[in-house]
Amino acid sequence: MSLENYFDFVILPILTISVLLVFIRLFKGPSVVDRVMALDLIITIGIGIITVYSIRQEQEVLLDVAIILALIAFLGTIAFSYYIEKQKDD
Amino acid sequence: MIDIILAFLSTFGALSILFASIGVLRMPDFYLRLSVTVKASTLGVGLLLICAAIMFPDDVSVTTKSIAIIFFLILTAPIAAHMIGKAAYFIGTPLWKGTIVDELKGMYNKETHCLESDPKKANQQEKDHIADSDDATD
Repeated sequence: MSLENYFDFVILPILTISVLLVFIRLFKGPSVVDRVMALDLIITIGIGIITVYSIRQEQEVLLDVAIILALIAFLGTIAFSYYIEKQKDD
Repeated sequence: MIDIILAFLSTFGALSILFASIGVLRMPDFYLRLSVTVKASTLGVGLLLICAAIMFPDDVSVTTKSIAIIFFLILTAPIAAHMIGKAAYFIGTPLWKGTIVDELKGMYNKETHCLESDPKKANQQEKDHIADSDDATD
């Protein structure tokens, strides 16, 4: 099996199944913080999927999108936790 | 030889991400889920990015971008996890029923969101704050 077929038929399906499993947690999470954490993990797995896709298509420009996604995930989690912590004491 | 290294790195990274997502789905508690998620997903994405850096050997920009993303993830993932865990503890997310010890119980001052080393002191400060709320000179 060549490496291209290995990326196409093993690595990308594993990452897709991971996103689906985390999406179940995002859908049924008991509290808000579970959903925030699941969203952060989905974006992190998305960085991995973009990396594998850029390897597979030989388009290294796509790694810029991964940098921006990492930045947005961090800022989103910090903002969510800031406002969740402030919400009780008006 | 390069192909074997690439296959090994990508397999290990993808399996690490898969274990992180299974842990997120199956762990019984928010804090256990958080502690599973951050380390395993950072390791997995880092291995995939190293794989990309090996895949384009004649292009320095890909290596630089990969190292930048890995550095940024290692730097920011624990900070984000700490912030969301602290917020979850403040809003009273329940712990798992098998939890042995909760060392933060009563240590946080509910008014000022400060961490005290003595639970009596935290409660005392809260009472003082309620008693003379207009005299906040200390």
